[in-house]
Amino acid sequence: MTLPREPEAVGLDLPRRDGPVKVLGTATYAYETALAGAAYLHPVQATVARGRVTELDTGAAEALEGVVAVLTHATAERLASTGNRELAVLQDDRVAFRGQVVAVVVADAPEVARHAAALVRVGYAQEEHDVELRADREDLYAPEKVNPDFPTDTAEGDVDAAMAAAAVSVEETYRTAMYHNNPMEPHATVALWEPAGDGFLTLWDSTQGVHSTRSALAAVFGLEEARVRVVCPYVGGGFGSKGQPHVNVVLAALAARAVPGRPVRLALTRQQMFCLAGYRTPTIQRCSLGADRDGTLTAVAIDVVELTSRIQEFAEQTGVPTRMMYASPNRRTTHRLAALDVPVPSWMRAPGECPGMFGPEVAMDELAERLGLDPVELRIRNEPDVEPGSGKPFSSRNLVGCLREGAARFGWAQRDPRPGVRRRGDWLVGTGVAASTYPVSRMSKSTATIRREGERYVAEIGAADLGTGTWTTLAQITADALGVPVARVAVRIGDTDYPVASVAGGSSGMTTWGSAVVEAARAFRARYGDEPPEGAEASGDVGPADERFAMHAFGAQFAEAHVHADTGEVRVRRLLGVFAAGRIINPRTARSQFVGGMTMGLSMALHESSVLDPRTGHVVNHDLADYHVTANADVEGIEAHWLPEHDPYVNAMGSKGIGEIGIVGTAAAVSNAVWHACGVRVRDLPITLDKVLPALERPSAGG
Amino acid sequence: MKPFDYRSPADAADAVRSVAGNPGAVFLAGGTNLVDHLKLGVVEPDLVVGVAALLPGEVEELGGGALRIGAGVSNSELAAHPRVREWFPVLSQALLSGASGQLRNMATVGGNPLQRTRCVYFQDVTTPCNKRRPGSGCSAVGGWTRHHAILGASEHCIAVHPSDMAVAMAALEAQVRVLGPDGERVVPFVDLHRLPGDAPERDTVLGHGELVTAIDLPALPLARRSAYRKVRDRASYAFALVSVAAAVEVEDGVITDARVAFGGVAHAPWRAYRAEEALRGAPASEASYRAAADAELADARPAAGLDGGNAFKIPLLRRTLAAVLRGLAGEDAR
Repeated sequence: MTLPREPEAVGLDLPRRDGPVKVLGTATYAYETALAGAAYLHPVQATVARGRVTELDTGAAEALEGVVAVLTHATAERLASTGNRELAVLQDDRVAFRGQVVAVVVADAPEVARHAAALVRVGYAQEEHDVELRADREDLYAPEKVNPDFPTDTAEGDVDAAMAAAAVSVEETYRTAMYHNNPMEPHATVALWEPAGDGFLTLWDSTQGVHSTRSALAAVFGLEEARVRVVCPYVGGGFGSKGQPHVNVVLAALAARAVPGRPVRLALTRQQMFCLAGYRTPTIQRCSLGADRDGTLTAVAIDVVELTSRIQEFAEQTGVPTRMMYASPNRRTTHRLAALDVPVPSWMRAPGECPGMFGPEVAMDELAERLGLDPVELRIRNEPDVEPGSGKPFSSRNLVGCLREGAARFGWAQRDPRPGVRRRGDWLVGTGVAASTYPVSRMSKSTATIRREGERYVAEIGAADLGTGTWTTLAQITADALGVPVARVAVRIGDTDYPVASVAGGSSGMTTWGSAVVEAARAFRARYGDEPPEGAEASGDVGPADERFAMHAFGAQFAEAHVHADTGEVRVRRLLGVFAAGRIINPRTARSQFVGGMTMGLSMALHESSVLDPRTGHVVNHDLADYHVTANADVEGIEAHWLPEHDPYVNAMGSKGIGEIGIVGTAAAVSNAVWHACGVRVRDLPITLDKVLPALERPSAGG
Repeated sequence: MKPFDYRSPADAADAVRSVAGNPGAVFLAGGTNLVDHLKLGVVEPDLVVGVAALLPGEVEELGGGALRIGAGVSNSELAAHPRVREWFPVLSQALLSGASGQLRNMATVGGNPLQRTRCVYFQDVTTPCNKRRPGSGCSAVGGWTRHHAILGASEHCIAVHPSDMAVAMAALEAQVRVLGPDGERVVPFVDLHRLPGDAPERDTVLGHGELVTAIDLPALPLARRSAYRKVRDRASYAFALVSVAAAVEVEDGVITDARVAFGGVAHAPWRAYRAEEALRGAPASEASYRAAADAELADARPAAGLDGGNAFKIPLLRRTLAAVLRGLAGEDAR
């Protein structure tokens, strides 16, 4: 089905409804929730990466004035479910990674809690730990599936034979680093049990999904879901790290039960976010491409090695985009994991696609180089007619359109393919391209309610706005679904008191929640016609996806990289992305999503890397001074455009999710541009000056 | 964070008495580094003595092209000062390359040279560090050494000094005016910072309770042709991988005088005397610049470590020095 009328509100460049309160500083984030008599929690963290806690001396901490409680594995309550090992905190004496919480202090003030936490003396029986990811490890294993439920391996035809027979081939190893999500707002929770210490649990939590957080916490504490409420009107960024509850939520709830009648506040420090809040696994990608002389691919393969935690598996689906990107009769994708003494990896913006489009898209550039073929043209020549693997038709696929539009806007036609021959002042200049893709996902469960309240129509759904625009875009969809002006629509989200909503993940939010809103509006109109009375109300559920089609968004990203001829510093002066992502609900919030994703992709290309010290087992650059994210001065020209794309199959709005595709392919485009600038293929991210410097040292390089 | 007392002294002498009489006392100026350390537990003072309000906040002309910079002058103010920009551009550029606008507004000229290393192990109280806890060992050796020293390090410490301003000050032959319990003294800037040796817990030659009150810049006409070049991993808000402060005087294609200092490569701002010596009298040419770098870097020792260690700093510094000198010599070299 589609919207009942030609869109009027959908497609409008409306400002964010939540903008003024954020600019004024009056938007209430989780930690700031006004509650009287709050206590503050500070964790005590393991200083060994593997072993057992043998001694916990909490005397000095407990003796400190203002300390309300100290919880350890010996004193904390037993949780009803410890199936999620990441959330099974303070349940036993095992230490599974450095930084794991081994005790918590609750005090009247955050400074007191932090001081007392430092006074807790912990003794360990340390065991030898292992945190080193290498492709030659003998204990690599194949998981049963990769995130969320893709097959671990796929194979079609005979890749080895096709590679051997290929006229031109590329076989290289590419690496992406370990990344930490680093939203501006840290993971923060306020927990309150009412009546005191038992009964009903309310959590004000910075989360991408109030209902999914409620489900997880109800399970951990053995509560009926009706006895848990989760509230989160605003999220200061999540990027996947708030898609599933982390240990902060459990700790706050545990502590609040231990100090009856008092709300307990917890905000992780930036350093704690590097061990307690998820991260993206580093990946090692062996990529193989074989082609005929005309550039037709005959073999495509990616063999991925990545890590997971020994206590709980998370298998990033890095090889998955290679399964559908280009046509090839022979194809292989595999995933192997090393289970290490590290925190549990998790979602980070475009899990799978983001790292998984680095190696293959650089390999495509290397293949184009070896073929003497333009890299845009190489991609166009390998467009599949139907989705490889499934054989399904695409609901829409406009990769070629994005490549052509981007090439025109970027000025690609004048490009000299030779590397290392352009110099402007002290800088060597090059350009590069890569493709982007992201699946259209729809979650199975979401319900919206629409009600008339006076002159307004109110849509309620427990959806999330991570800064993405949900407050605004859901109102636009509701207006068109009802056939009323958007100014008359109010939206209420971010609370489990509203109907159930799926987590904001997998770029599925608008597809899922928007579909539920459209269904609710249809029921509303069917029941009340054009003159709904005061209090009129109807609900609707998201329906199933149309299984006949393969549904993906596509894009093309172009980068202009400058490499300093003396120092090797790399700067990206220009990034241009063109996307085909169905109907754009709101160009203003959409542009923000695309540009934000591309910026994060630039950050991955040049800067981000969590340095895991194998001797200690922890990320040593665990703050924003040392874990570099792209800062303002690094972002120069950056543009996002989109093609008008009509897709009647994806959902009623004709929209595809856009929260993640912007980060996909960016790093490859930058690496390809760096090669074009200075002749160095950087296959392991980030692209730092030390990786290009040796080539600049050679007398012939760089002119 | 360990609780501490705070005291607002009446004047500089009072501040010095307060700190000198208490081994657990520290001065607090802009706080851009100390406050971090209080939170992280890197330092745990009993008494914090606020000095920002009582340090001189003016830049004074001493005549003949010399300046006296009050220790309370902010980094932002100093960078923007017309005389500094005209007579000592290297200093203005160094200041502007450091930190962010907000931090430069808080940071003071007296506090900046006394900031401590950003070595990740120094800042993490769960790892051994000889600088933080003497005798506990150096975690940086064999660890993440990207930001560590290639010159003047010891087996006990391979940390680097993080300040940009200090590198320019070292090149400009600044003099540090210090008030201590026994009165005033003047320390040449190049002697202010120590190499780690077997006592890396001591960053400087200052004694406990000694307070920097001003920094003097003597007249240095050749500094009008000076520059600071900072090479880092992102375009702003990052510490130097290497940096070069340099001033040169060129006559008829020959370098007649030079001042050179390096940042990001040693426990102290590294005054490159050997490079200066090699440059004096040499033709303003690429070969001279490389020879100067080679002279200074003859004793450079990379620190092996994660992600390839920091051996790249040697060619990087050589190339950066050459680029800076090339730029300064400019048309005179051709």
